[in-house]
Amino acid sequence: MPVFAGSELSCLRGDRLVFTGLEFSLAPGGALVLLGPNGSGKSSLLRVMAGLLKPIRGRLSWDGVAVADEPEQHRAKIQYVGHLDAVKPVLTAAENLAFWAALGGAADPDANAREALERLGVPHIAAVPGRYLSAGQKRRLNLARLLAAPKPLWLLDEPTVALDRAAIALFEGLIAEHRAGGGMVVLSTHTDIATPGGEELHLDDFAPYADDDDDGDDGDGVDGDEEREDAA
Amino acid sequence: MNRFLRLVGRDLRLALRQGSDATIAVMFFVLCVVLFPFGVGPEPNILARIAAGVIWVAALLASLLSLERLFLTDYEDGSLELLSLSSLPLEAVVVAKTLAHWLVTGVPLIVAAPLLAVLLNMDAAGFGALVLTLLIGTPILSLIGAIGAALTLGARRGGVLLSLLILPLYIPVLIFGAGAIDAAINSLTPRPHLLLLAGILAAALPLAPWAGAAALRQAVE
Repeated sequence: MPVFAGSELSCLRGDRLVFTGLEFSLAPGGALVLLGPNGSGKSSLLRVMAGLLKPIRGRLSWDGVAVADEPEQHRAKIQYVGHLDAVKPVLTAAENLAFWAALGGAADPDANAREALERLGVPHIAAVPGRYLSAGQKRRLNLARLLAAPKPLWLLDEPTVALDRAAIALFEGLIAEHRAGGGMVVLSTHTDIATPGGEELHLDDFAPYADDDDDGDDGDGVDGDEEREDAA
Repeated sequence: MNRFLRLVGRDLRLALRQGSDATIAVMFFVLCVVLFPFGVGPEPNILARIAAGVIWVAALLASLLSLERLFLTDYEDGSLELLSLSSLPLEAVVVAKTLAHWLVTGVPLIVAAPLLAVLLNMDAAGFGALVLTLLIGTPILSLIGAIGAALTLGARRGGVLLSLLILPLYIPVLIFGAGAIDAAINSLTPRPHLLLLAGILAAALPLAPWAGAAALRQAVE
């Protein structure tokens, strides 16, 4: 029984169709790795999944219930990590994190924030204002949100940018732990992040083709294999 | 409610630690008013006559000054995306941020206004009306301004565009605000003006967050 699924998704950015006829499904404990060259729509798909971007066609659903019908419940199930770290320069790392934990519904946000920083291996930055953090530390702080306000579905847009090797290994452990507990992960990446048993989704399989002859109904976009001469 | 207060608290903390936004608005307000005697001459009667209008126009401009940054920093650092994905409705986000903005920039204006009224030789009969109109009027300025601030996110030279969008909408507030003070000075009742101002506030309170939230949704897309 797939829990989080999308069918027939098409996404338009500006006047360019980024992907079309995209299908996926994700069961508890599952992981979906989005692969594809720059501009193939990985970030757009994650933003569609998060609900930040409306697909021009297709639907997302939880157990068959459309996300569009119950956006609040969808928001309560997801944690999104985008390119930007959302770290306020004048607040300390712990304050930054505690705010997001409280907004995510944590009962004791300060304790959650401390614990999350510890698990990401950066307890020493708790009292450091955001403006003195390095790029890697900001990224860890952003990832700590995932632990400070636990949600079943993680949507991660290149989560390991700016992280060192040790941090990537640590983060792989956290993903494995999250999945072992029934959580789901969707992530896009250009580096290798180990997600044993995770499915791969190649976004260029769903790219609209410039020389598309029968455009009306695109059956299963999965078999669009070797035609990679798309006008991107 | 808890989340709402958290967001207000965070914005207040940010404003107090940065300090600049709040003090710049008040300083601008004071300087703007102080410039008038130099421009129109120190004739007490003329100053007393224009005091209400000058203070109100200066208050409009001062509140406009800090509005550009209302959503801009959150937009630029990605916080706005996360806020729009939180379980707090985006309308409540707009109300919370506008409330924090008003507390930081509007309230100091109300405190400074009577002092400036003395400076401009305003009739003492108008002081009560001055404070009352600002008390009702400055939240309207912040609320209407929030729509403009949300609409101009992502636009180049958003600040200028914001002024062009918002200043015309401020005209009714200016008319009834200055009108109430003039009425009080001329020993008429300022009540109708105040009621009309309160009416505008009552309309802006639900409509501005709704419109602001719609604009923010566009901005994060």
